[in-house]
Amino acid sequence: MTFVLTEDQQMLRDTAMSFARDTLPVTHLRELRDSGANGVDPMAREKLAELGFFGVLIPEEHGGSDFGLVGMGQILEAQGRTLAATPLLQTGVIGASALTLGGSQAQKAEWLAKIAAGEVLTALALDEGAHHNPAGVATEAERDGQGYTLTGAKRYVPDGHQADLFIIAARTHGEPGDSHGISLFLVPKDAVGLSVQALNTVDSHGAAHLSLDGVHVDDAQLLGDADKGLDLVEPVLDRAAIAQACEALGSAQAAFDMTLEYLNTRKQFGQLIGSFQALQHRAAKLFTELEMTRSCVAAALSAVDEKANTISELASLAKARASETVHLVSNECVQMHGGIGMTDAHDSGLYMKRARVQEALYGGASFHRDRYARLNGY
Amino acid sequence: MADGDMQTLEAFRQEARDWLEENCPPSMRTPMKDDEIVWGGRRETFTNPESKLWLERMGEKGWTAPMWPAEYGGGGLTPEENKILQQELRRIKARPPLFSFGLWMFGPALLEFGNEEQKKRFIPDIVKGKTRWCQGYSEPGAGSDLAGLQTRCEDKGDHYLINGQKVWTSYANEADWIFCLVRTDRTKKHEGISFILFDMESEGVEARPIKLISGASPFCETFFTDVKVPKDQLVGEEGQGWTIAKRLLQFERSSISAGGFGGTGGSGILGPEEYAKMHVGTDNEGRVADGDLRGRITDHKMYAKAFSLTVQRSTEQAKAGQEVGHTASILKYGAAKMNQDRHELLIEALGTEGLGWDGEGFEDSAKKATRGWLRSKGNSIEGGTSEINLNVIAKRVLGLKEHQ
Ligand SMILES: Cc1cc2nc3c(=O)[nH]c(=O)nc-3n(C[C@H](O)[C@H](O)[C@H](O)COP(=O)(O)OP(=O)(O)OC[C@H]3O[C@@H](n4cnc5c(N)ncnc54)[C@H](O)[C@@H]3O)c2cc1C
Repeated sequence: MTFVLTEDQQMLRDTAMSFARDTLPVTHLRELRDSGANGVDPMAREKLAELGFFGVLIPEEHGGSDFGLVGMGQILEAQGRTLAATPLLQTGVIGASALTLGGSQAQKAEWLAKIAAGEVLTALALDEGAHHNPAGVATEAERDGQGYTLTGAKRYVPDGHQADLFIIAARTHGEPGDSHGISLFLVPKDAVGLSVQALNTVDSHGAAHLSLDGVHVDDAQLLGDADKGLDLVEPVLDRAAIAQACEALGSAQAAFDMTLEYLNTRKQFGQLIGSFQALQHRAAKLFTELEMTRSCVAAALSAVDEKANTISELASLAKARASETVHLVSNECVQMHGGIGMTDAHDSGLYMKRARVQEALYGGASFHRDRYARLNGY
Repeated sequence: MADGDMQTLEAFRQEARDWLEENCPPSMRTPMKDDEIVWGGRRETFTNPESKLWLERMGEKGWTAPMWPAEYGGGGLTPEENKILQQELRRIKARPPLFSFGLWMFGPALLEFGNEEQKKRFIPDIVKGKTRWCQGYSEPGAGSDLAGLQTRCEDKGDHYLINGQKVWTSYANEADWIFCLVRTDRTKKHEGISFILFDMESEGVEARPIKLISGASPFCETFFTDVKVPKDQLVGEEGQGWTIAKRLLQFERSSISAGGFGGTGGSGILGPEEYAKMHVGTDNEGRVADGDLRGRITDHKMYAKAFSLTVQRSTEQAKAGQEVGHTASILKYGAAKMNQDRHELLIEALGTEGLGWDGEGFEDSAKKATRGWLRSKGNSIEGGTSEINLNVIAKRVLGLKEHQ
C-alpha cells in the first residue's frame, strides 16, 4: 500500500485542483441550478474529455491512459471540493470499470473509446428501492428467442437523466434477495419501451427514475455472464464506493476549510469565535476525523491499483467513514456559521445537501459497516 | 533505488535472519507473558532466564535501538535496514527484548540535546537495558500547565541542590535514574526551567507508590529534599529545559501512538467480537447476535483500522520527506480514544464474566481485561490529556487564536 503520490499522480492532482477551482467553482453549480440545467453541463463534459479525465481507467488500446484509480481519486476529490456536477464518476469510473472488467472484445471495441472521448455517458441502473441493495433486483429479464425482454423499474439512477447508455441489472433467475440469477445488460437510452423520468434532486445534480416496459435486448447486449451479474457488479460497486468516498472527502475538506476560515474572522463578545474552546475542540475533532478518513480513502484507492485482496474491506471502510465525515463536517459547517449558514446565499447549505446524496449512493455508513463486519466474520 | 543498494539490503536481510536464528531463544518467539516483560535496570530480576539472554544479545548488537549511532552503542542501521530488521523480527514473532522510557523518550532527546560526554555516559546503558529511567515532569500544582512547575534547583557552586515534589512519576520506585524538570529561575515561567538527570539512590530522594483504580501501583509521589546533583548532569543550558521537555513529549506521544499504550494489553485477552460471540451468542449466520453491540464493535474496529492506516500514512510520508506534523498531532488523541473504546467493549461483551477482581471463579484473561479497562482510563490523561491535545491541534495545527 502506498500513501505517497508519484510525481505523475501529483501533477494530475494539481491539474484537477486548478481545473475545479477555476472552471467548476461552487458559483458554477449555483448558475446551473438557477438556470434549471439540473446538473447537465455540456461545457464541463467537453473540458473533462479534453483533459482526458474520462479515460483514466480505460486501457490505452481503447483510447484511455490506464492511469489507475489513485489518479482518478485525485480528480474526484477535486470535484468534491467545489461540488462540481459532472458525469465523471458514473461514466469514467462505473461505466469504464464495468466494460473493462466484464465486457466482451466487441463490447469493449464498441464503447470504451467513445467513453474515453466523452462521446458516450453511462449510468448504472441497479437499485429499485430507497436503499442500496444490490441483491434486491426484481426487474425481470425474460428469455425471448434472440435475447431477453426487460420489465420493471429503477429508482434514483445517478446521471440517468443524461446517460446515453444504461447498464441495467435484471433478474434472469431466482427471487429478489438471491445473489445468483442477476444479469447485466447494455441498453441505449432510445431503446423502445425504456422511459426516463428526470428528477430534480436536493443537490441540483439531478438523477432519473427508469421504467422498463418490455424492452427488448439482444444476446450481444448481455454484459458478462448470464445469472452472474452480481459477481461483476461487486468489484464495480467497490470502485464506485471508493470513488464516491473520494468525492465526499473533497467536499468535507472544503466545508471544513470554509468553517475554519469563518472561525478565524467572525467576532462576538469582542473575540474571534475561533478562540472559544467549545468550538476549538469541535474543530480539532473534525480535523482528526478528516485525517483518518483521508488515510482510509488513500488505502482503498491504492489497493485497487495494486489488485490487493483487501479491496472490498477497504472500500467499505472508506465509504462508511467518508459518509460519516462529510455528514458531520457539513452539519458543523452550518452550525458554526450561525444564521448566515441557513441562508441560500451561503455555500454551507449546498455542501450539506450534496453530502446527503454522497452518503446515500452506493451504500451509506450503516450498509458498509454491516458489510465490513460480515467480511471480517462478525 | 540502485541495484547495488538492493543487493546490500538483501545481504543484510540474510545476515539479520541468520543472526536471529542463532540468537533468539525459543521462548522469546512465543507471545509475551505479562510477568516476563523486561524493563531492565539494576532491579530487574528476569523471571525467565531466556529474557536475560535475549536482552544481552540484542543489547550487545545495538538492536534494542537499531537506528541510534553505533558510537554510543546503538545499531547504526539506516531506515531501510531497520525496516528489514523489524520485518525479520516479526517473521519469527520475536518479543521486544526491552520496554524502556530510555528507549522511547529520554534517549532520543538526549541524542539531540546532550553533550558528547553525556551521550557516551548514558546512551550505551539505555541500549543494553542496564539503566532504567523515570520521568519527573508532573507536580501537584503543575499537570496540564506543566510550565508552572516549582521544584527548585539552586546553583551551589560545585553542585546543584534540588528541593520539591513530583507526582504520578511512573515506576519511580523501580527506576535507577530520573530525567527531571526543575526551576532554576523563579522570575521567568518557561525560560526558568532546566532539564537535569540524577540517580534515584541519591540521598534525599524518596518515592512513595500510589495505588491506582486498577489495583496496581505503577506510579509514585516522589520527594526531593536537599538532593545534591553534580553540575555535569544538567542537559543543555540552564533555562533550556522547556525546549527539551517539549521535544521529549513529542517522542513520548509518538511512541504511544505507534506502539499503543504500554501496560494495558495483557496476554490471552481476546477481541471484543470474540467475547461477544462467546457470551452474547451468535445468530443463525454465526454473527454476534446483538445487532446493536455488533454495530458498536464494528464501529470501533473500523476506527482502529483507520487509525493504523493513519499511522502508516504518517510514517510513509515522513520517509518521503513530507511534512507530517499535521497527521502526527492527531495520533495521541486517537490512540487514547481507540484503546478506551476497545476496553469498554471488552467489558460490555464479557458481561458478568468481566466483573471479577481477584481469586477463583473468573478466567485470568477476563480479570486482566477488567484491570486493563480501569487502567485504560488513564490513556486520555497520561502524556498530556485529550483536552490538552485538542488545544494543541486547534492552536498549532489549525491556527485558531488564544482567548483574550
Ligand atoms: C497512568 C499515568 C501515568 C503517568 N506517568 C507520568 C510520569 O511518568 N511522569 C510524569 O511526570 N507524569 C506522569 N503522569 C501525569 C500526567 O502527565 C498528568 O496527570 C497530566 O498531564 C494531567 O495533569 P493533572 O493530573 O495535573 O490534571 P489537570 O491538569 O489538573 O487537569 C484536570 C482536568 O482539566 C483539564 N484541563 C486542564 N487544563 C485545561 C485547558 N487548558 N483546557 C481544557 N481542559 C483543561 C484536563 O484535560 C483534565 O481533564 C501520568 C499520568 C497517568 C494517568
